[in-house]
Amino acid sequence: MYHLVFVGVRRLLGEIIRIEGDDATIQVYEETSGLKLGDEVIDRGEPLCAELGPGLLSSIFDGVQRPLSEIARDSGGFIPPGVMIPALDRSKRWRFIPSIRPGEVVGEGDVIGTIRETHCITHRVMVPLGVRGAIKDIAEGEIRVDDPIATLEGGINIKPLQKWPVRRPRPFKRKITSETPFITGQRIIDTLFPVAEGGSVIIPGGFGTGKTVLEQTLAKFARTDIIIYIGCGERGNEIAEVLSYFPKLTDPYTGHPLMDRTTLIVNTSNMPVAAREASIYTGITIGEYYRDMGYNVAILADSISRWGEAMREISGRLEELPGEEGFPMYLASRLATFYERSGMIECTGNGDRKGTITLCTAISPPGGDFSEPVTQCALRVTSAMWALDTNLARRRHFPAIHWGKSFSLYRLDDWFKKNVADDWPQLRKWLMNLLQKEEELQDIVQLVGPDTLRDQDRVVVEMGFLIRENYLQQSPYSPVDAFCSMEKQYGMLKIFFNFHETALKELAGGRSINEIFTTERKIILKDLKNMPVEKFPEVIEEIQVRIQK
Amino acid sequence: MELLTRRYRTAEKITGPLLFVERAANISIGETVRIVLPEGEERNGQVIEVSDEHAVIQVLEETTGMGVRSTEIYFTGSVVKANLSPGMLGRRFDGTGKPVDGLPPVFPERRMGITGYPINPVVRGEPSDFIQTGISAIDGLNTLVRGQKLPIFSASGLPAKEIAGQILRQAKVVGEGEKFAIVFAAIGITHREASFFIEEFERGATLHLSVIFLNLAEDPAIERLLTPRFALTTAEYLAFEHGFHVLVILTDMTNYCEALREVATAREEVPGRRGYPGYMYTDLATLYERAGRIKGVGGSVTQIPILTMPDDDITHPIPDLTGYITEGQIVLSRELHRKGVSPPIDILPSLSRLMNSGIGDGKTREDHRELADQLYAFYAQGKDLRRVASIVGEEGLTESDRIQLKFADDFEKGYLNQGDTPRNIMETLDYGWDLLQRFPKDRFTRVRPDIMERYYGRTIKP
Repeated sequence: MYHLVFVGVRRLLGEIIRIEGDDATIQVYEETSGLKLGDEVIDRGEPLCAELGPGLLSSIFDGVQRPLSEIARDSGGFIPPGVMIPALDRSKRWRFIPSIRPGEVVGEGDVIGTIRETHCITHRVMVPLGVRGAIKDIAEGEIRVDDPIATLEGGINIKPLQKWPVRRPRPFKRKITSETPFITGQRIIDTLFPVAEGGSVIIPGGFGTGKTVLEQTLAKFARTDIIIYIGCGERGNEIAEVLSYFPKLTDPYTGHPLMDRTTLIVNTSNMPVAAREASIYTGITIGEYYRDMGYNVAILADSISRWGEAMREISGRLEELPGEEGFPMYLASRLATFYERSGMIECTGNGDRKGTITLCTAISPPGGDFSEPVTQCALRVTSAMWALDTNLARRRHFPAIHWGKSFSLYRLDDWFKKNVADDWPQLRKWLMNLLQKEEELQDIVQLVGPDTLRDQDRVVVEMGFLIRENYLQQSPYSPVDAFCSMEKQYGMLKIFFNFHETALKELAGGRSINEIFTTERKIILKDLKNMPVEKFPEVIEEIQVRIQK
Repeated sequence: MELLTRRYRTAEKITGPLLFVERAANISIGETVRIVLPEGEERNGQVIEVSDEHAVIQVLEETTGMGVRSTEIYFTGSVVKANLSPGMLGRRFDGTGKPVDGLPPVFPERRMGITGYPINPVVRGEPSDFIQTGISAIDGLNTLVRGQKLPIFSASGLPAKEIAGQILRQAKVVGEGEKFAIVFAAIGITHREASFFIEEFERGATLHLSVIFLNLAEDPAIERLLTPRFALTTAEYLAFEHGFHVLVILTDMTNYCEALREVATAREEVPGRRGYPGYMYTDLATLYERAGRIKGVGGSVTQIPILTMPDDDITHPIPDLTGYITEGQIVLSRELHRKGVSPPIDILPSLSRLMNSGIGDGKTREDHRELADQLYAFYAQGKDLRRVASIVGEEGLTESDRIQLKFADDFEKGYLNQGDTPRNIMETLDYGWDLLQRFPKDRFTRVRPDIMERYYGRTIKP
């Protein structure tokens, strides 16, 4: 089962997905037109594997890990069937620095040396899983991925290049619970719905609600070591956009090019559907490999629905009994296995390495209806949802994450108290309550207008409006505001909170709504988000004073 | 090629558009087939499935009159290919690429399979050239760029073809002097609609720049599966081998999807939503994704597919799956149409995903993005207020709400309702500022202060 095969004269890549008696069913990863009965099928004797080693970062692969830039060099603008190029460049030379000496005994997962893969990421070369013994010989200096860099007593060679079957999760010592949030620089996420490092979140939304832009924003600004971006069955032109501006971006944390810590897996909607099914596994396997080195990895998948549909298509062709909406019965279990590959772990091998995989997965529910099977199955195995809302998107409120429908079950208050401010949990709670209250009042406002509300309630409505416009909204295209540090988030939130207190006090003192919510004050609050991060701590006091005036 | 032709008389079953042939050997998927009826009449087909026992052929024309044993089937040994040449410009073909204008067949410079290969995402050029359509709702708020696929979501009785015609007539790119061509695929539309477009080409004097593929309502439904593929293969050939900037109009994609459903049902496949096959997303993607640019190659393929939303329902599988593949959509509204707004483009559900790369300083103007966002926000708020106003009456509203309400009306009556008069992009942008000057500065939430400084208060020149 699951062996790779070559099919036909053009040697199309395929995988055995069902065996019945003497018959095997092969899923072919490429366009099959022109195949004949009686065409030769060659078993490669191994399952679909990812190649793991230095050179993964800053590369662009298709769903079965073929390097797209190399394909372009050989075949021009279009991808013809039957192309076979290894994922990692065999001729490229790397500088290997050993960290152990001959005679030492090593076991699986132990780090035996390092390679500087890019400016900001050091590749830790690990003993392949299942290998153990005393080092007889170890190399130093210029090597290629396929060169033996160490030999064990007994003659086993270790190379930087390893292979791992993509459908099998890579093992680890044990899972641990993380209490550190996955910081994204997006106010609505970090403030209201933070996810832990090693957590998983779904981002469902109808078309045009900004899933792809949000995924790309996360790729740019999320605080993490490694980013694996999986474009699973999405648009070619959007990928072109990613490919053209990602290399120009600098990482806000290290100052190096963002691509230095990024791998892109791209299988656009018109590329073969079987390779789309594989792309998610290829991506997460590469992610696990870096996790095992002890890195924090973020996997951004866009979108899981396309993956589910690929399964549905393949299942339909196999004439399997369909479940809900034609999806295969095993949809839920496949999704569960995938989401369970996230988490914070203690890595196999020496040293006290900890690594995480955080999964941020976009979902495209048909008709924007969240009750469909993929959203529901994913919801059962994840602990957070950033729900994108069509109505918000239509009024160009971005990110269109709906505060009423989204949630996060991660308990991260302790971290925020320690690292941001003691009163952070209170501020967050205040914001949540205010938005909730405003939403209820909006129902009335929509019906009879704001004038009929009591003045206390009008304060809530006015505050809600100011916060929605000036805190929850954040433009990924604004040079200053695209990324908002926790320090700035706290500063802004505190200003809004204090202003709310002031407003209530003034109301009690007999001022009217229009006297409280003056144009000058609104402009001050509006300009907050465009204030540079560095300025922030100093100006908070000054702004407070200006508002009080 | 003819040497490889093999003849069979072993047809065993015919259901709908499908023909099952027994004991056929050495058949490949996608191969074209000629079917000869006892009277000598010929039909075409394509192999869509092979197994030990039989081959399944999708017949591209009517199967009426076909018998099982009396029909002769010729397997040609080659997959469906299009004959391509620059001489196709100005010509008219049927849905399978045969000339219907009375002129001789095209002498092919190239023959290419019509399924095409996916463009390698790595070499895709980023679409970034602004196309001026002269329609404010598109140029100002949902900008079209070269290499984009931007469908029009219409509904029965709405003037989608008029809008497409307007775009064809008026479309301009800043920086002239490049080669431009139109590929038009009629997919199951009526004779009247098709002649509308052809007249439109004549009016705009673009007929000699157009390649027209016609599959009309009375033509075989199954042929509709091939028509857009012929059109797109031609477009790719003109764009990437001859450097044309090609605008492709596909109308009506709803008919294409119906044909897809018909074949799926005949094959007894497990149906997905509303009976459409589960692979419809992938299938549509293999059409829509054939738009774009390739780095280092001159031309481009821009697609404007038109589809009819059954029962005005945007969540119906056809518009829904299309919206997930295309880079935005232009949605027409029955309500605006009834109000007499022309073109009746409902901007709230409309979107252009590639807008940002086609606008801004050096392309249109620096204030474009923020102006568009602000217009969107005010219009959305204004529309909300209409509901309130209908309950409490306009008198019950505050002064600022009344301004907002009036804005929504003026926006529809002026900005959107431009009729047949084209506006250039500067006129469109200034029209936007003109409408916005009624709002005090502090109401603006989307515009940065320096842009406000430079543009607030601009008006349209009388």
